[in-house]
Amino acid sequence: MNYFVNEKGYYGDFGGAYIPEMLYPNVEELRQNYLKIIEDAAFQKEFHALLKDYVGRPSPLYLAKRLSKKYNANIFLKREDLNHTGAHKINNTIGQILLAEKLGKKRIIAETGAGQHGVATATVCALRGLECVVYMGEIDIQRQAPNVARMKMLGAKVISAVSGSKTLKDATNEAMRDWINNPVDTHYIIGSVVGPHPYPDMVAIFQSIISEETKKQLTEQTGNDQPDYVLACVGGGSNAMGMFYHFINDENVKLIAIEAAGKGVSTGFSAATTFLGKEGVLHGSRSILMQTADGQVVEPHSVSAGLDYPGIGPQHAHLFKTTRAAYVSVTDNEALDAGLLCTQMEGIIPAIESAHALAHLEKMKFKGGENVVVCLSGRGDKDMDTYMKHFGF
Amino acid sequence: MNRINKIFKEKKNNILSIYYTAGYPGLGDTVAIAAALEKAGADMLEIGFPYSDPVADGPVIQASSKLSLDQGMDLNLLFEQLKELRKTVTIPVLLMGYVNPVLQYGVERFCKACAEVGVDGCIVPDLPMVEYEEFYKDVFLKYGLSNIFLVTPQTSVERIRKIDSLSNGFIYLLSSSATTGQNLQVSDTTEAYFSRIADLKLTNPTMIGFGISSKETFDKACKYANGGIIGTAFVKAIEAGNLEENIEAFMTKFTS
Repeated sequence: MNYFVNEKGYYGDFGGAYIPEMLYPNVEELRQNYLKIIEDAAFQKEFHALLKDYVGRPSPLYLAKRLSKKYNANIFLKREDLNHTGAHKINNTIGQILLAEKLGKKRIIAETGAGQHGVATATVCALRGLECVVYMGEIDIQRQAPNVARMKMLGAKVISAVSGSKTLKDATNEAMRDWINNPVDTHYIIGSVVGPHPYPDMVAIFQSIISEETKKQLTEQTGNDQPDYVLACVGGGSNAMGMFYHFINDENVKLIAIEAAGKGVSTGFSAATTFLGKEGVLHGSRSILMQTADGQVVEPHSVSAGLDYPGIGPQHAHLFKTTRAAYVSVTDNEALDAGLLCTQMEGIIPAIESAHALAHLEKMKFKGGENVVVCLSGRGDKDMDTYMKHFGF
Repeated sequence: MNRINKIFKEKKNNILSIYYTAGYPGLGDTVAIAAALEKAGADMLEIGFPYSDPVADGPVIQASSKLSLDQGMDLNLLFEQLKELRKTVTIPVLLMGYVNPVLQYGVERFCKACAEVGVDGCIVPDLPMVEYEEFYKDVFLKYGLSNIFLVTPQTSVERIRKIDSLSNGFIYLLSSSATTGQNLQVSDTTEAYFSRIADLKLTNPTMIGFGISSKETFDKACKYANGGIIGTAFVKAIEAGNLEENIEAFMTKFTS
């Protein structure tokens, strides 16, 4: 079974480039050049140098001893929370900013939900001296004020998306509109493994540093580069794809993607895409999305702004349909409890996104001795308000 | 003969096509607007079916789509309404919208419904040419529907040739690479682009759209193509007040 993109831009039944003609030249320019640029030795050298000295990679693979004891398995945390800017998002923005430079682009646009990808984009634009415009839903701007301030301090212009539900989905629409209106000098840094081909593949390649490092670190620590389980949370799915990437063809490694059930999958306030969604087209690719019978996109809900997206990347849709990966969900409350547990047992405050992945450990049964890797995709500083309100600190 | 082919055969120039959103401003206005537009001198109609995430549209058309959706418009209802269309309307009618609602409705079912209510063609901006050719072309042809492709100033000659070979109605030239609702600025660059297209001697007629809002911009469009398409300016014009009076007043600017 091929789990990766084919020459036409598809993962099985999913993927493609469903874009209006106005975007065709931009997307085609990327499609024709991205692999050539990324695979170039000078690009790789610069990318890895920045990952090492600027981002702080490799991120540790930490054996969480107390969690391990509690769950009767070896729980390894891949510490993306220790990256510069506090999440895995920077791996992708470093890659894409270098690529944008090679394409001769002068202006960068991005969309952001929680603000992590917006901050990561604003950061690399400051680093390379490029103009940066970030689209963010009006509601997200209100609930993520510190990240908005960070982006502004980094020199980015933050534009409020006031259409539709005023959240991530609408910020993505606005960014696409900007790109349509500025086709020549602008590169759109998409923050997840979504969008028209080649974005899902390109973002997955940049994020695959996560699983590449994990394999080496597992070998050093356990003598085997294949764990029994790999867990990661999924909104659009970029940390999960980075975490799965080099394990996808290791068929004995069980891959588990954790979606946000919100208040519960049947409550009408959920972002559990594979449970609630069906096949369709959103933001340029064919995937699985939450929609009405008439094909209108349904607004998701999650306590975590980073998982609050009505679709998943097309490669995830393929892994789901072929059952190569299991897609499960945990509720807001389960995630918040898991975040608190991790904090109090390991001294690590996880992002609520990552806490979703941790929460699934509660539902697993281990016989002892299994190696389990959980992608700790980001840190919880940005979520302190939510944690405080929920637990009454 | 398909009504689209017929109009271009009968009228070589100054073809005036009007876009409006189904179910806007009132949910039940779809057919009445079509009839009023024909009466007021429109040569062709594009009826938009609303979508929650219309990336190629500007704020005016997006807002009309949102209101229409909020009022309860969907493809089932639209086809119900359009059953009345051909009792009063004789000019060519196209449906314009995004691919996801069509996929959910079912492509074959959609094409069949179009044919049954007398729709002559479709514009689905985010349906890629390669997908159309591989999966949907035969279905469109089976039901006698034209599929209209967009061309922008950035579209390569090779791609325009390919679009021409796949088209059987007209080719929709975007005045600039932009979302809807921008003003048409005929600069040296756009003029060169329009002339370049004219020099290609395409098999299909061409219509210029995006940014046409006045008689002046419409005339400019007609200088380089067989006609012009007006969307945003019309949607704005019928936002409030008496529908029929608004339509007549709007159309007089172009037909007198």
